[in-house]
Amino acid sequence: MSGETVKNAPPSQITLPFSKAWAISMRSIKIRLGRSLITASGIMLGIAFYSSVRTTGLFPSTDVGPEALAAAHRQSWLAIMALLVCFVGITNSMLMSVTERFKEIGTMKCLGALDKFIVTLFFIEAALMGFIASAAGWLLGWLIICILHLFSSGLSAFGGAFWLSSLIQMLECVAIGAGITLIAAIPPAYNAAKMPPAMALRSEI
Amino acid sequence: MASNEYVVRTKGLVKEFHMGDETLRALNGVDLDIKRGEYLSIMGPSGSGKSTLFNAIGGLDKPDAGSVFINDVDMAQLDAKELAYLRCHTIGYIFQTFNLLTAMTALENVTLPTVFAGAPTEEGIERGMEMLNKVGLGHRLHHRPGQLSGGQQQRVAISRALVNTPAIVLADEPTGNLDLKTGEEIIALLRELNKMEGVTIITATHDYKMVDVSDRVVWIRDGKIAKIEERADIKISVGGMEDASGVASHSE
Repeated sequence: MSGETVKNAPPSQITLPFSKAWAISMRSIKIRLGRSLITASGIMLGIAFYSSVRTTGLFPSTDVGPEALAAAHRQSWLAIMALLVCFVGITNSMLMSVTERFKEIGTMKCLGALDKFIVTLFFIEAALMGFIASAAGWLLGWLIICILHLFSSGLSAFGGAFWLSSLIQMLECVAIGAGITLIAAIPPAYNAAKMPPAMALRSEI
Repeated sequence: MASNEYVVRTKGLVKEFHMGDETLRALNGVDLDIKRGEYLSIMGPSGSGKSTLFNAIGGLDKPDAGSVFINDVDMAQLDAKELAYLRCHTIGYIFQTFNLLTAMTALENVTLPTVFAGAPTEEGIERGMEMLNKVGLGHRLHHRPGQLSGGQQQRVAISRALVNTPAIVLADEPTGNLDLKTGEEIIALLRELNKMEGVTIITATHDYKMVDVSDRVVWIRDGKIAKIEERADIKISVGGMEDASGVASHSE
């Protein structure tokens, strides 16, 4: 029978190995696959639009002069707006996702989970979703613009610098998309982790 | 039989809830000493403060005044890591709504505390399977909570609570969501585990079936302890206890 006093126990023994955290997060995404796909689509479409604007900039423009500059600015403005709308949508999804799982979070804390375990689990889910959805979004936007230019201008614009620039833009899109997702997901997860378990478990959702 | 060392002591516990302009005193000065190895039931009607007391003892909520000592350690002095260690190793929790993780199988639910405790995977699985066999669910290891009945889910929860061999098991209305027969089975299971493993069991309940298996019964009312009785002093008449007001009356 165990009756050891608490103070003698080394606190560092409470652990969540990364492989286990990964497995739990993967399972959470799988179980809520429909919801995960919808949230991911939101990220993907927002990033796709941004990617299409950026990819358009890679092709030599046929317009010149102040009108062309104004048009380019409008496009950039639209792209940023798309990202903002995307961010608001993701924030809502993440808030709902965390709130729905208050009971789960409270239960885990009863089993001995540290606050940072909870944040880690949500971080992995958000990062996974963010990276994959952003990569897919970049590809979608990039492909559409490339195909359009292929039909209109042929293969001329697909020179050497094009591929390198595309790669750099891909990294940019993935960073932005994953960044947005993580910024949206971490604060609610952090707040939920900090709640006293009794309050989390009282949740009626 | 319970030893005379106290595993849980509370002193002057006060907890208030603020709802708008009103303040509700859920706990109004509770002093309680719980012996190691005993089966203690905290009984009272809804709103009497038994769940609040449960939360305070289990470290799930901080009281506004007073202290809780577990194994002579003041819970208020523990930092987050030590509190987590306490919840992982020293206390097991059982809830009315089972609170199993629906995404995981029964075995995964039961082995999760062993993961937090740092046990290697094989050892965790072995202990998990052993516990599930003890409660009679050896054939349902890989079922998810959605595929288990209420009684089975509560058995999984009991296994989970015991997998790290805690000193204390706290049960908040363990039979609340169960039918009569299943509730009796769960109560019998808890009593058996209390006797076999020597783990202290503290239940907060208004199920009178719990009285029969308890060593002591604490009657709580309006945030204060009304009465503490030894089981031997409570007479249960055939057909159920007679009670009009929520505090036990015995046939004299």
